[in-house]
Amino acid sequence: MTRGEKRNLRLGLAFISPWIVGFLAFTVFPVCASIYYSFCDYDVLTKPVWVGALNYRDMITDTVFWKSLYNTLYYAFLSLPFCLVIALWIAVMLNQDVKGRSVFRTIYFLPSLVPVVASSMVWLWILNGNFGLLNHALELLHIKGPQWLADEKWTKPSLILMAIWSCGNTMVIYLAALQDVPRSLYESAEIDGANPWVKFRHITVPMISPVIYFNLIMGLIGSLQVFAQAYIMLGGGGPNRSALFYTVYLYQNAFDYQQMGYACAMAWILFLIILALTWLATRSTRRLIYYGGE
Amino acid sequence: MRLLQRLLLYLLLALGAVTCLIPLLWMISTGLKPIEQTMSSPPTWLPYRLYVEKDGALTEIQPADVDKYPADRMVKKFAPRWENFQNAIHAMKIFWTYLKNTLILCVLTVIGTVASSSLAAYGFARIDWRGRDKLFLLCLATMMVPFPVVMVPIYCLFRWLGWIGTLKPLWVGSFFAGAFNVFLLRQFFMTIPKDLSEAARIDGCSEFRIFWQIILPLCRPALMVVALFQFMYTWNDFLGPLIYLTKQDDYTLALGLQLFQSQHGGTEWHYLMAASTLIALPIILLFFFTQKTFIEGISMTGIKG
Repeated sequence: MTRGEKRNLRLGLAFISPWIVGFLAFTVFPVCASIYYSFCDYDVLTKPVWVGALNYRDMITDTVFWKSLYNTLYYAFLSLPFCLVIALWIAVMLNQDVKGRSVFRTIYFLPSLVPVVASSMVWLWILNGNFGLLNHALELLHIKGPQWLADEKWTKPSLILMAIWSCGNTMVIYLAALQDVPRSLYESAEIDGANPWVKFRHITVPMISPVIYFNLIMGLIGSLQVFAQAYIMLGGGGPNRSALFYTVYLYQNAFDYQQMGYACAMAWILFLIILALTWLATRSTRRLIYYGGE
Repeated sequence: MRLLQRLLLYLLLALGAVTCLIPLLWMISTGLKPIEQTMSSPPTWLPYRLYVEKDGALTEIQPADVDKYPADRMVKKFAPRWENFQNAIHAMKIFWTYLKNTLILCVLTVIGTVASSSLAAYGFARIDWRGRDKLFLLCLATMMVPFPVVMVPIYCLFRWLGWIGTLKPLWVGSFFAGAFNVFLLRQFFMTIPKDLSEAARIDGCSEFRIFWQIILPLCRPALMVVALFQFMYTWNDFLGPLIYLTKQDDYTLALGLQLFQSQHGGTEWHYLMAASTLIALPIILLFFFTQKTFIEGISMTGIKG
């Protein structure tokens, strides 16, 4: 290494040193410790005791674990497609030549801005079975609304409804991508007599496919880790644990039951599930994604 | 036909917009009502007071006495109960302490994030050194690790340091450059021509001075995005305070509101909604003042990501 190279190496490392410390303290150490704890019986107060794969074996027979996994997948697989499609639909509408586009964009974005604690309170109130706004609205249509959050059939749909309400973030990302699609593509398609659906299907979707993929992956990772709204609105999981999500159960194991080892083992399984689903999503969409210029 | 299409477009957009707004308007409306109007059927949108004409003057009717007067003699007047906000603050007991804690955390995490991630991003973007790109890939890879995986060991680390039950676990970490912000700033730093740094170096300018006096001023929009996102994140964060805070005196607004709900929930909806409005409002106002930066930032995460 020349003197200049050495100098640059020192300088570079000096600049990134905050990240290095953080990487060691908040990623390397916790990841290693988490693997170790997942094979231990650990209650924080006493030293961890090695128990081998017991935590992982316990998971197989833990019906609550399976229920929380089912609830989470149910939530993710329903809320995600709805969010992705509705957000794209709104973004495409806003990308037309509409007056007041920025006003609409702001309004659609507002729900995702509201702190999750506040929006949970609002939805608790809206979904109230006796005085809630939603059931009042259903009454106008002569439908008797359910006790949304007190009825195990309706807790997950309630949370999915709330997730759809706050998908403005996804919409803004779509809209930014749509505005980057060259107008000339649409113009030449129009000359060839393409109808709106053909333009959408053969120009819009391929052109923004990387962004659709980005939203899909981010949405997947986010919805599998849904926590705050479920914890705030339904505490320990709601009626018959119908809204006990994976991370909520994990949190309970760690901080309510002091089973840190079990919580870590659950976290690793979650990580594997996320990796597997991301891999699956990547594989199945790879040929559909168009990266310009590549 | 074209006209019909446009009409349909606006109709759908308006319908969606109304759906987005109704919950928020309902929150504000409920927050301004007296308790008996929160549970009326059909729902009351505009809080009111009832009056009856007596001896040429209007006298207010108390809710309990409504049945005593014939409906046609009563006068309804729009009357928001602004005092609900004061009462909600009072009912939350230490609202101002919650606010103070939240603001302390917001200020500290914004400073920490902007300072540390701009330094790290500079090191990854503007200096050529061996192994840089490999290390940057590693940095990006850390984003893949879900929080639950590291949650328990980090908790144990803070416990070992004796920080559980203090605000420290919630801000110290921000001084160690999170991968997402480093990535965002690096993208921005790379767009600045290399010649600028070279010229400064030839003039004998130290690397830190180049960073501080040339690059940072040019990257103000990106720094604003990072600061804004961090402020929002800290203001809204629920899981962090839930894990690390044990004393009510240390609670943030988010945790304080949840505590209030678990104590008074199910009855005092008007206070709960007033308190929710108070917590949501600063973020919404902040958004209105910084809208351009904000939308650009969000678009940036999607497109360059």
